[in-house]
Amino acid sequence: MKESKKQPVMMTGSQAVMESLLNEGVDLMFGYPGGAIMPVYDALYSIQDKLHHVLVRHEQGAVHAAQGYARVTGKVGVCLVTSGPGATNTVTGIADADIDSTPVVVISGQVGSSLLGSDAFQETDIVGITQPVTKWNYQITRAEEIPRAIARAFYIAKSGRPGPVLLDITKDAQFGMLEYTYEPVTSIRSYTPCPPVEPAQIEEASKLINLAKKPMALVGQGVLIAGAEKELLEFLEKTDIPAAQTLLGQSALPSDHRLSIGRLGMHGNYGPNIKTNDCDLIIALGMRFDDRVTADTKNYAIKAKIIHMDIDPAEINKIIHADAPVLGNLKDSLPMLTARVNKNDHSEWLEEFRACDRIENERLIKRELFPEKPELKVAEVVRRVSEAYNDDAIMVTDVGQHQMTAWRYFRFKRSRSVVTSGGLGTMGFGLPASIGAKLGKPDRPVCLFVGDGGFQMTIQELGTINQSKVPVKIILINNNFLGMVRQWQELFFDYRYASTELINPDFQTIARGYNIPAIKVTERKNLDKAIEKMVNSEGPFLLEVAVEKEGNVFPMVPAGASVADIRLE
Amino acid sequence: MIKQEFTITIFSENRIGILNQIVSVFTRRHINIESLTSSESAIEGIHKLTIVVFSNREEVEILARQIEKSIDVLKAYSFSHDEIVYQEIALYKVPTAKLFKGNEIEKLVRRYGARILEMTADYTIIEKTGHKGETQELFDKLDPYGVTQFTRSGRVAINKMKKEPLIDYLKNLAKNGLNTNIQ
Repeated sequence: MKESKKQPVMMTGSQAVMESLLNEGVDLMFGYPGGAIMPVYDALYSIQDKLHHVLVRHEQGAVHAAQGYARVTGKVGVCLVTSGPGATNTVTGIADADIDSTPVVVISGQVGSSLLGSDAFQETDIVGITQPVTKWNYQITRAEEIPRAIARAFYIAKSGRPGPVLLDITKDAQFGMLEYTYEPVTSIRSYTPCPPVEPAQIEEASKLINLAKKPMALVGQGVLIAGAEKELLEFLEKTDIPAAQTLLGQSALPSDHRLSIGRLGMHGNYGPNIKTNDCDLIIALGMRFDDRVTADTKNYAIKAKIIHMDIDPAEINKIIHADAPVLGNLKDSLPMLTARVNKNDHSEWLEEFRACDRIENERLIKRELFPEKPELKVAEVVRRVSEAYNDDAIMVTDVGQHQMTAWRYFRFKRSRSVVTSGGLGTMGFGLPASIGAKLGKPDRPVCLFVGDGGFQMTIQELGTINQSKVPVKIILINNNFLGMVRQWQELFFDYRYASTELINPDFQTIARGYNIPAIKVTERKNLDKAIEKMVNSEGPFLLEVAVEKEGNVFPMVPAGASVADIRLE
Repeated sequence: MIKQEFTITIFSENRIGILNQIVSVFTRRHINIESLTSSESAIEGIHKLTIVVFSNREEVEILARQIEKSIDVLKAYSFSHDEIVYQEIALYKVPTAKLFKGNEIEKLVRRYGARILEMTADYTIIEKTGHKGETQELFDKLDPYGVTQFTRSGRVAINKMKKEPLIDYLKNLAKNGLNTNIQ
């Protein structure tokens, strides 16, 4: 953050927006201009060398790109959009950022304050609309409010449990003059971003850990947000506790770590699911017991005490009763806990997970990675791509079968390597998010796995890739089906495929239309060569893989069942 | 779990949209608000809202934490009815002519500890404070004489704790060198 200027400078509200963003260290934003935000775009014009603006093709894409950027960098993603439809188009992205705790600031233009509430052209109550899906939102009607509101917005978006903030700025506030000074916000009396860790709670938790015979740690995104990866490893290695990861907690510890026992939830691994009802202690770290993780809560962790460590007091006892809650930032609480717990050896318990892995490998993974039938499987594509990047790429996914398979078979060495829509499950998230991820981490390869359904929800962002020359590698998993819905139709609706088959365009032609090199693979023998071509390409690339038409994602915990009822086939 | 009456008191900044933020927590969970009052608290600039719901202890605690997630909410506390002293106020309008037919209305006013606020040739306004059951009972008694208008307020409540917990919250902020002023 730059030194705040002490001497007031006269400027317009729009210039103050730009200056405030620069003061917050913003050098990249995503957006789309329109009538009510034009003064701000005009102010942007003069400082484009310092604040790079990526012109997206739809405002939903702007928010997803900002999310991708935020998720890989840990910094606040910024969007700029106009009033009315420009603002309403951001709602899906904002809701996605809200449920996945992603720091995003959306700045929307608004009609002049004298027209508010009059159904003016492109007027919409975006503050009212986004109220339930933002961490904070605010309408600015006077130029002099701008620096303060932006300082507040950034502080709120990134502190504590991060989330999206929307600032709605009326056109007269953009035009108005103010004396500009910038003071970052560092505390708000009605907001406690991070409750201090209570030693008594650490004491209580450490007692349970020292007594446990079969403990299991659940690693959520909170570990990544806190930047507590090292603290997590120190805790796990001292206590020798096996750790499973949620969808968004993936990459908090390396995939090949001895204590990593795989993935939780509906399509997670066999061991961590089935052993949930066998373990005697659960240590939940920065995760919120989503229903895709717990399945039937009445039959979840039936023998276990629960330690719930989280920064957000509202998560404690929300879904699963915590026997020992530990509030606070994991970066602080984990070392305190590590200092209190005994060094331990859980190798016998860990061996039970290995045995489960062998079952899953024998009955499922083998046939997924080395299928006997000629049709290509998603899993083998994912694993080959992962390996081609030395298991060290950033994986972005869309939503559906390919998402679950990519999550299951991609491997990670470094933290913050997963960008996916977890809580909201937003189809169309992947393509724009991959743009933000690549611009956030230009030195790392970014692989987007996307299905033919989700691809077409935000396919126009190929235009952004073309215009801004963003070298993302798109792996289009094409089965001409809305695969996850089709899978449910097969399993629970007696094969009645209502509106799930897609008649698709020629994606190769479309990619070429956007100047993006593309290749299509239909046979296994051509896969490796195509991946090689993608890896060696300089710019963006579309690798389309025609996969098995009616493949299913397993394991699977059927809806309403217990985690222990996980099916391998 | 059996539902009972809970009173949630919320201290918030006095900002546009705050009521919307708070109410949406109830709406999302499909919880009906029985009564709601909002007014400036003893601390300048801080508003106090009092909301009555039928719920259980567990749910009402979750609600309070969700409400506190609102950036402009300082604190939310939940109380069962025996943890607070509370009142509501009711106003009744009756035609003045009815008062002169016998002294039944006057007797009711005395018996129910109500009082006459205003009397004109046309109408008389009677005021009663009490719990809902009490103000309702008076309404039922007065109604045969022709109550032309009736209104009842939401609840105001004071908890039985030694002091207002919000004061400690603000003192704690000050102790930790944090901002205690409105921003």
